[in-house]
Amino acid sequence: MSALVAVLTLPLVAALGVFVVPARLRVPMALASAAMITGAALALCVTVARGGPVMLMAGGWAPPIGIALRADGLAAALIIMTALVMGAVTCAAWFEASPARAGPRMAFGFWPLMLLLWGALNAVYLSRDLFNLYVGLELISLAAVALAALSGTAQAFAAALRYMIFALAGSLLYLAGVVLAYAAHGTLDIGLLTARTPAQGDALALGLMTAGLLAKTALFPFHVWLPPAHASAPAPASALLSALVPKASFLILMRLWFEAMPDLATPAALLALAVPGAAAVLWGGVLALVQKRLKLIIAYSTVAQLGYMFLVFPLAGGGGAAQPWAAGAWTGAVFHALSHGLAKAAMFLAAGIYIAAVGSDRLGDLRGLARALPMTGFAFALAAITLMGLPPSGGFTAKYLLMTSAFAAGQWPWALLLAGGGLLAAGYFYRPMVALFARDARVPLLRSIPRAWQSVPLVLAVLSIMLGLLSATPFDLLQVGRPPPASEGL
Amino acid sequence: MTLALDLALCVLILGVALASVAGGGVFRAVIFFITYGLFVAMAWARLGALDVALAEAAIGAGLTGVLLLAALGRLRRMNATSPPHRTGLHLPAAFAGAALACALGWAWFALPAPSPPDLGPVMPQSGVGNRVTAVLLNFRAWDTLLESIVLLAALLGVWMLAQDKDWTAPLGPRYHAQAGGVLASFGRLLPPVGLAFGVYLVWAGADSTGGAFQGGTVLAAVGLVALMSNVMRPPRVSQGVLRAALVLGPAVFLCAGLLATASGGAFLSLSPALAKPVILTIEVALTISIAVTLALLVIGASGDGEYAP
Repeated sequence: MSALVAVLTLPLVAALGVFVVPARLRVPMALASAAMITGAALALCVTVARGGPVMLMAGGWAPPIGIALRADGLAAALIIMTALVMGAVTCAAWFEASPARAGPRMAFGFWPLMLLLWGALNAVYLSRDLFNLYVGLELISLAAVALAALSGTAQAFAAALRYMIFALAGSLLYLAGVVLAYAAHGTLDIGLLTARTPAQGDALALGLMTAGLLAKTALFPFHVWLPPAHASAPAPASALLSALVPKASFLILMRLWFEAMPDLATPAALLALAVPGAAAVLWGGVLALVQKRLKLIIAYSTVAQLGYMFLVFPLAGGGGAAQPWAAGAWTGAVFHALSHGLAKAAMFLAAGIYIAAVGSDRLGDLRGLARALPMTGFAFALAAITLMGLPPSGGFTAKYLLMTSAFAAGQWPWALLLAGGGLLAAGYFYRPMVALFARDARVPLLRSIPRAWQSVPLVLAVLSIMLGLLSATPFDLLQVGRPPPASEGL
Repeated sequence: MTLALDLALCVLILGVALASVAGGGVFRAVIFFITYGLFVAMAWARLGALDVALAEAAIGAGLTGVLLLAALGRLRRMNATSPPHRTGLHLPAAFAGAALACALGWAWFALPAPSPPDLGPVMPQSGVGNRVTAVLLNFRAWDTLLESIVLLAALLGVWMLAQDKDWTAPLGPRYHAQAGGVLASFGRLLPPVGLAFGVYLVWAGADSTGGAFQGGTVLAAVGLVALMSNVMRPPRVSQGVLRAALVLGPAVFLCAGLLATASGGAFLSLSPALAKPVILTIEVALTISIAVTLALLVIGASGDGEYAP
């Protein structure tokens, strides 16, 4: 069995497994399968890095009749980031989603939902078929909505319902676009669409698909569902929702604009994608500054950080000839997605530890906690460094790539935005850090937190820094099977 | 004559849809929505898409209708008041909907007639005669496999709405049927007929209209009638057999796909000689899972209170 098939099917098999087995076998099975899937993801990465993109025709049928799946560098990088985050979340949930702590409902539901989400994410990363991507998105959305509702409070239900309405509206718009593309070209395959003869309805099809995906990626002004949903879920679920779920719909956007229909990228269209991104960076940052709860600060930071990724559309290929490397902005945006995933998951898991320790995530209640839980405080600080884009983190590499592209292309306003967004991030993470590292306060802990649990967010935060220190390997991986418009620009 | 019929159908669909969304209370909206599903099913039938017509009638009008009516009944028992009318939100939604309809309408006139890929040459290798079944279970089996898992995710989502204290309680509301009443008689009369029809739909699906989704929906309806008339006890999440029935279809599907990989073929590939028996096996397993999942989706999470029809 190839690594590609394993990455696709193992999470689904494991999800069905943990759903069926008796309660005592559930957690061991989830841990074992997480280890196996991570191994398969590593194997796939090595294969892709050494031998180039891996193709799979599902059912042995080539498009346009069948569905093609392809692991290129972009897909492999997201698969390994997902595996690292999922692995960490599995370990954290081992402590946090135990029946004694979380109640029987969450102790049952978390594991199959997490594994279903994992399977759906991998399926979306790999798929080359627009309708298959729709099915994958549906599975992601349903699992994510259920994860958002997991804590069982009225607030969580309301947030999950709002999330579902946005997600379903996004799905419908995306599906309408897919139907139009199929009607015009008789194929759903991204590779075949690249070589299509342009038709009249293409702009409408791409516009509808993009609108649907923007709602799912929570780009400003479609972000209103995100902060309440991410903040009211249990911490391991928040980590998945914030770190991974928006990346899947963003990946499809990149596939559509850079691979399926790059010919439709007019300057006006690119600006229309980047301006909401810029607004998200500023608005999300400002709202994160005024929140009083740690999880809401982290959630609004996600709104802001997602905005940066959309700068790839005007910046891709910006002055490529003037740079010592090709595809600076494209690679930068993906680096941002990867480092944000690792750092944001670390932050939410750290918040989960604080909530377990003191029963609240109000900034006032967290004062001085870094003294009692030093590993978690260190993890939070490292993750914040990545999200602010300070060296030597992965976030810094991402912003450096984006910023040099902006200067090389003479589009300096975007560089200003990158700098301003970084300052905002420094501002909104300053407040929780001041509270955590306060010297005067001494908080009694409700329960002791095992060191193994404390080390989980630390590992993720260290990984997000390593992504910057050892950026050469992921950089090379991303160049495998990179679409031409990534280096030449849209 | 046929043109007149089509035009009348179009007018009816638009009128019923408008009546469903334009004010006038929730009950009216639900009833018009069910009618709308039936008219859309007729439209699919007129377009020659009989499989879609069956699915739309069974799921779009039938099960969704039951679900909405049950939700309405629950709202009434809770004495929930309908939220105040907020035109501020309705107008933008109406404009967005109208704009989308215009854009799609424009595309219908602007685009050439679709030219789907020619399945003629590959149909003999698919193992079945019905093109829809061939696409669903062979050519695009990966889609169908994921869709069968989407159903499971939806059910898990519904279960997560339960309260922790009710987790071990039987699923769904408690139904009361008068002994010897209409519902109780229906509960004994309908299931055998429905069972036969559902099984027929699955069996026929290989070569003509029908299939796992349509057959599963009919069987789910049978289960619902049996549950509502107290002929069958409501199940609990803790029952291993129940959970096994829910994953049977996707599990068999995944196993078939992985066995193909193990024997040297592509993932989910079917050799033409074995295609028909394998597809039938997968369809039977899928039907069982779909039927149980849909029925459980309609009755909802555990501890949903009392329900007297």
